[in-house]
Amino acid sequence: MSDTQWIQVGKREDLIPESGIAVWTPDGPVAVFYLPGEKPELYAIGHYCPLGKANVLARGIVGDLKGELVVASPLYKQHYSLTTGQCQEDGAVKVPVYNVRVNGEALELAVPVTAKEDCAA
Amino acid sequence: MAKKTLIVIGNGMVGHHFLEQFADTPAAAEYDIHVFGEEPLIAYDRVHLSEYFGGSTHAELALGTLEDYAAKNLQLHLDEQVTAIDRDLRRVHTPKGEYEYDAVVLATGSYPFVPPIEGNDHEHCLVYRTLADLDAIRASAQGVKSGVVVGGGLLGLEAANALKTLGLEAQVVEFAPRLMPVQLDADGGALLKRKIEELGVKVHTEKATTAIVAGEEARLRMNFADESHLETDLIVFSAGIRPQDTLARSSGLEIGERGGIIIDDQCTTSDPQIFAIGECALWDNRIFGLVAPGYTMARTLASRLNQQSEASFAGADMSTKLKLLGVDVGSIGDAHASTPGARNIRFNDEQAGTYGRLVISEDGKKLLGAILVGDNGPYDTLLQYALNGIDLPKHPETLILPESEGGAPALGPDALPETASICSCHNVSKGDICTAIDAGCSDLAAVKGETKASTGCGGCAALLKSVVDVELEKRGVEVSKDICEHFPYSRQELFHLVKVNGIRTFHTLIEQHGKGHGCDICKPTVASILATCWNEHIMATDHVPLQDTNDTFMANMQKNGTYSIVPRIPGGEITPEKLIVLGEVAKEYNLYTKITGGQRVDLFGATLSELPEIWEKLIAAGFETGHAYGKSVRTVKSCVGSTWCRYGVQDSVGMAIRLEDRYKGLRSPHKLKFAVSGCTRECAEAQSKDIGVIATENGWNLYVCGNGGMRPRHADLFATDLSDEQLISTIDRVLMFYVRTADRLQRTSVWLENLDGGLDYLKQVVLEDSLGLGDELEAHMQDVIGTYQCEWKTTVEDPEKRKRFREFVNAPDKKDPVQHWTTEREQRRPANEIKVEMV
Repeated sequence: MSDTQWIQVGKREDLIPESGIAVWTPDGPVAVFYLPGEKPELYAIGHYCPLGKANVLARGIVGDLKGELVVASPLYKQHYSLTTGQCQEDGAVKVPVYNVRVNGEALELAVPVTAKEDCAA
Repeated sequence: MAKKTLIVIGNGMVGHHFLEQFADTPAAAEYDIHVFGEEPLIAYDRVHLSEYFGGSTHAELALGTLEDYAAKNLQLHLDEQVTAIDRDLRRVHTPKGEYEYDAVVLATGSYPFVPPIEGNDHEHCLVYRTLADLDAIRASAQGVKSGVVVGGGLLGLEAANALKTLGLEAQVVEFAPRLMPVQLDADGGALLKRKIEELGVKVHTEKATTAIVAGEEARLRMNFADESHLETDLIVFSAGIRPQDTLARSSGLEIGERGGIIIDDQCTTSDPQIFAIGECALWDNRIFGLVAPGYTMARTLASRLNQQSEASFAGADMSTKLKLLGVDVGSIGDAHASTPGARNIRFNDEQAGTYGRLVISEDGKKLLGAILVGDNGPYDTLLQYALNGIDLPKHPETLILPESEGGAPALGPDALPETASICSCHNVSKGDICTAIDAGCSDLAAVKGETKASTGCGGCAALLKSVVDVELEKRGVEVSKDICEHFPYSRQELFHLVKVNGIRTFHTLIEQHGKGHGCDICKPTVASILATCWNEHIMATDHVPLQDTNDTFMANMQKNGTYSIVPRIPGGEITPEKLIVLGEVAKEYNLYTKITGGQRVDLFGATLSELPEIWEKLIAAGFETGHAYGKSVRTVKSCVGSTWCRYGVQDSVGMAIRLEDRYKGLRSPHKLKFAVSGCTRECAEAQSKDIGVIATENGWNLYVCGNGGMRPRHADLFATDLSDEQLISTIDRVLMFYVRTADRLQRTSVWLENLDGGLDYLKQVVLEDSLGLGDELEAHMQDVIGTYQCEWKTTVEDPEKRKRFREFVNAPDKKDPVQHWTTEREQRRPANEIKVEMV
């Protein structure tokens, strides 16, 4: 992976338990999921569904299939791993994965350093 | 080892299909494959040729791309006509060179027959076969008014449509006494003629053209044998095809008396090194002028070359289903009753403009052929009967009678024989599916993976599922009713767990009775059960993560990630003021507007962040949510009933509004639709609904468990002459019993079919209260009704809930970068090609 930098993409209070939110980043729209009690509690993958061809993944239902944490794309219901971005129904399809953390009250995401735009809320 | 060389001559639909079937087989690796096409363009879909005039391009009609050919190592020589085959030296010659071969496939197709009429070589006499022909027709049509097609067969009518598309006054001249003489009989041909003339294309039958001379008012004059004449600016000949066998003839291959390269069951010509497929090939003294038999030959030859020598061509079914100039035409098997002893059943509805004919075996048991004009609805079922020799029902006429006359239902999967084709895209029969199951496929996904069935156009998905389910059950495989890997229970069992234990959250349920985190199957199911039992707001914190996107955002997600909005319009009754508000809102947000089949207005294209603002405006105008997004009661359709109608006997609008207001918001295993008709004329189409009500002189007749959709089912008459109050308590009980006992996503019709004892049992439970549940069911319904709230009203009034509707939480003003739009018929709609680009 190339070098990344942490940028702020929202606040802790924006998170919704057991569910996703979409944030805007210089690396494209990203879906952030918050699973209280899980280790880790935060997951971030691309918001764009390459099969449905729309920015919708944050709006999918989160769950687990065969032990893997996944989100179901709300358009055509393919499942994407929250940890690897791999689509379970189509081995050739994968969405990007990001490191994500809460820093104080700030929600932060690691994006490639080439990205310049300021995304602080 | 040096590779052998295979030369394919002809790059049309059949030649292309052969390459598709052959290129990926192990045998293909042994060959260098050269493909020669006389046209400068790569193979394209000739069946949809007329779309070229409607704006389609070669690229859209093309069956493959140069890259596809290159990727499969196929060496494509376009615009290079093979002029000779030297069979002794095994070489083909073209103007550009010579090529040695080990085997040759002739797929040279056919050419249009031009009748030997004096003057047929005039520059504005044209044919209809290739894209170049179409370009010539387009050029000839520049600035003139009229065109005539000679030939009233399939292609001729296609060509007439093409002339119409070019803006010409089109006429058809046919030598035979009727249109499509090969496929239709006199009555069918007459009806087709009438319908085509209604569309503005004049049809002349029994006309023999004797000469084409210069015209006085138009370019050309056609003189007919009966001394009459017709003037026109251009003529398109479409009087049949002739096999393109010139090359084969000059190479000394055996040719039929009336043309065509003679082949055997393996598609081999008189030279064992040379094969022929498609319209150039003569099999059993027949030329097949349709693409499907050509495809079958292509598949036969591909498996033959791939050493699967058992493959052989055994003739082809010439049944056809078409929409010609917008008119349905179907012809199946022995349509002309040429089988000795054959009998006929005809249904000719001149009023409705439909004609159906069944040709039946002497013993009345089998369907030999059929003709349909005006309505192809029965085609698929009839084709299964004819192709598979299925025994006809006792009253075969029901197969072509309109549904209101008691039309027969579609065939069930058990009635189909092993040979029945289930998926025509991948040529998968019921037998192939059984084989896959016997080889270890134990669910639908495995069968799809093994056979490729239903992975093409997907039109057979429902049929495939029912065949797989039935076959699995027959083999004693219990088709698991567990809803998913997280709960070892059916929906009904979960319902009982929730109700009996008073469970109010998904979290508690999965902790006590399931495992893991849940998924997109069990979460919405449990949410629906919780809603039925306790009716809390679906946006309550505990319930939000359980909902499908449509329920989460209380709107229907469309293909580009935007949403549509459907306010409730009970009974379809709306004031002018409210209609104006809908129009104003649609205008303000640039929403695409459509009247739905359920008498409501659908507003498309709102972004996530626009939804609360739009609903705020709609609620202020008195609208409430229509639950179009939910598994819940959608609409109660109505006619105007006794209020306005001369025939109405009860107030159907009033009853529809009363029912819709009563059951709105009820969550159920599947969406529910109702209708109320004010008299037996049934203008609200109540018998195709889950709950259908039809007024009588004495009250209301109640129909239950019908549906439209993929597998339509007429509702069953459940009770007659009910008073208003009886009607409502009966519906309360039926609905609540369904909601409590149905499976996940099981619609009422399937629920009733699977209910032990069926309709009679349901009558006992509801009308005779055989389980003593009646009061409880009604009380539960009353609870649900009593706790109704408009979900949207609650949402727009709560700032916390509104926060959910930010497109991006950190960039409220950002527009989604992948929504692209275009304009069609004055409204905005999603562009078909959506490219990912950052703004």
